Amino acid sequence: MTTLAPVLSAHWDADRSWTLATYEDNGGYRGLRRALNMQAADVVTMVKESGLRGRGGAGFPTGMKWGFLPPPDGGPRYLVVNADESEPGTCKDIPLMMANPQSLVEGVAITSYAIGCHHAFIYVRGEVLHVYRRMLRAVEEAYAAGYLGKDVLGSGFDLDVTVHAGAGAYICGEETALLDSLEGLRGQPRLKPPFPAVAGLYARPTVVNNVESVASVPGILVGGAQWFTSMGTERSAGHGLFSLSGHVQRPGQYEAPLGITLRELLDMAGGVREGHELKFWTPGGSSTPIFTAEHLDVPLDYESVGKAGSMLGTRALQIFDETVSVVRAVTRWMAFYKHESCGKCTPCREGTFWLLQVLQRLEAGQGTSGDIDLLLDLCDNILGRSFCALGDGATSPVTSAVKYFREEFEAGTHTPADVLFPPERSALFQYTPRRRTQLAGVHA
Amino acid sequence: MSVEHEVPGAGRVAGARHATGYDEATRERLAADAAAIMARYPQERSALLPMLHLVQSEDGYVSPRGIAFCAAQLGLSTAEVSAVATFYTQFKRHPNGTYTVGVCTNTLCAVMGGDAIWEELTEHLGIDHDETTEDGAITLERIECNAACDYAPVVMVNWEFFDDQTPDSARDVVDRLRAGERVAPTRGASSVCSFKEMSRVLAGFPDGRADEGVGAGPATLRGTLLAKEKGWRAPDFPDVAHVEGQVSPSGGAPAAQAQPEETKPAATGAGPTPAGQQPGADPKVGAEESSAQRPATTPSDTSAEGQQRRQRTDDAKES
Repeated sequence: MTTLAPVLSAHWDADRSWTLATYEDNGGYRGLRRALNMQAADVVTMVKESGLRGRGGAGFPTGMKWGFLPPPDGGPRYLVVNADESEPGTCKDIPLMMANPQSLVEGVAITSYAIGCHHAFIYVRGEVLHVYRRMLRAVEEAYAAGYLGKDVLGSGFDLDVTVHAGAGAYICGEETALLDSLEGLRGQPRLKPPFPAVAGLYARPTVVNNVESVASVPGILVGGAQWFTSMGTERSAGHGLFSLSGHVQRPGQYEAPLGITLRELLDMAGGVREGHELKFWTPGGSSTPIFTAEHLDVPLDYESVGKAGSMLGTRALQIFDETVSVVRAVTRWMAFYKHESCGKCTPCREGTFWLLQVLQRLEAGQGTSGDIDLLLDLCDNILGRSFCALGDGATSPVTSAVKYFREEFEAGTHTPADVLFPPERSALFQYTPRRRTQLAGVHA
Repeated sequence: MSVEHEVPGAGRVAGARHATGYDEATRERLAADAAAIMARYPQERSALLPMLHLVQSEDGYVSPRGIAFCAAQLGLSTAEVSAVATFYTQFKRHPNGTYTVGVCTNTLCAVMGGDAIWEELTEHLGIDHDETTEDGAITLERIECNAACDYAPVVMVNWEFFDDQTPDSARDVVDRLRAGERVAPTRGASSVCSFKEMSRVLAGFPDGRADEGVGAGPATLRGTLLAKEKGWRAPDFPDVAHVEGQVSPSGGAPAAQAQPEETKPAATGAGPTPAGQQPGADPKVGAEESSAQRPATTPSDTSAEGQQRRQRTDDAKES
């Protein structure tokens, strides 16, 4: 049986866990000290050998991403931390920054040293006021203690860190949209190539990494690459935060080696809501194709989840029991994608709009016999034809839900979803719905 | 954004006086703040988002004079500033209430009871999405996933977390806010601040409240505490003594040995996640059919002057 392996979350329960003093008491900044005694190239090598892969969804090897930067040309190089956590179901980076922002700051210092960056940015979504306060304070404390600023710990290495607040836009979690937003523009994705490694922030070589990825770096520096690979699977090494939410007895953050299964995690979390059973779940947020009870034993690592037809994504495990209408769930997700589509490319902008129209009439029990084919055709015209991953992600819940629950979409041609699945049965409290057959989203 | 009239504390009224600019003292104060923001970035334009938060901390929304102020500070046109302001949902186009109350109605929260909370609040307050109560206290919003799914259903008040809500608890919160009481979030500062105070923090000016509140809520700690109870740990760090030494100036050269290789870096943001894509198998964006590759067809494609032209508007200009 796989057990939990708290590394990032090991001391979240400490008194005033967010302060520098608590972090240092628990071994903080040993990783930075070790890094500063190494050649920068060796730090990159160590992270490459650890097998750490991006924890923000795509799973690209972090060390390799660092290695893509071109040779120094005397100009600036940047690290930008993607702290714009907004993928539906994903709730790991925000609590991490709330409970232990110093682990991120130390990761930023090490990463910056490794890639030759002297000005790093942490782009925090604007809708988490207290997390932004904590990050500002953490950076302030780190400056005062000499972990940031001029001549970090007497090493001769200089580093400034700016904590930047976004202003509400899911698309800014896409790395090039994030860069445009950080430059003071509308957050719309850029054409790639050139990739940020070559022309990123201010058209300079830039590494964009997720919060959890960067926060995992100090541990690798202290423990070494082999310590990290002693957890997880061969190609999905290390520890990761698994976020259980929804119809589960004890929702929350469970840090475990990659490759743990939902069955094991559900056991730890007390199982599905009392008296109910698992119907469907997302392995990594709403943009990853849904799974069902038949996938309970799929190892939650990049390869196994991919082989089973989905993606590990952000390990955002949203659990839905048998009371939930899959049509209602997918319709609501689509309202989200339609609202958040940046409008830059036609397949996504128009496609999410039309998908929502069709889904809404199916949810209302007013679908036509051709609607399922229409949905799939629309998805086919979005997937792989959109400018960035937002459009691709929008199709995942639709195609996967039709694959596993086609009969519910067929029922949408004659019976409203809230008649088949009264919403009050899914809620955590007793109530009487005021309006029946309500369509999704004011943004609709 | 169209030109709007500013009427403190209320919606716009026909014939109301149009406030065209800040008085001298206010402008000087804001300009000093703007300079501090710009100093954080290698390029000034990066200051625009924080500056729009700053404008909201002064006016309670992105006002026409605020747009003109940002444009003047950054050497942009008001149209360029408006184009950015209208892209982001946190930038309000009408005077906001003292408190933004956001109910998460994304799938998971909606299913767990967010829809019921939304019904309750709209009926109780008599307002809908992006509307403000007549007393100017509360602006109600349907919000998207706010990264607290393990505390569903979630309500945010001025972007502080109110976890595990019910229709009753949410109604109680808005009633107390309207009565002017001090209301504490479940995870956040010891009380909710005003929309303007919040906006100033988001502009990057700390309010000294980072040490208030808990480090983590109960859901956040479930795995940590369960592991302690069961004695589960990550593998011990091997031989930690070797890393305790003093740091010496090492002058390590930046890693730069690698040439860009065949494999492409993929997005690692917590935002959009590619579906059905594995690293290295990206769709071929930027291939020949891309619009970015089209030949120049209009003067603005080639003329620097066309690209640089500043649009001027008479009525939204800072006076």
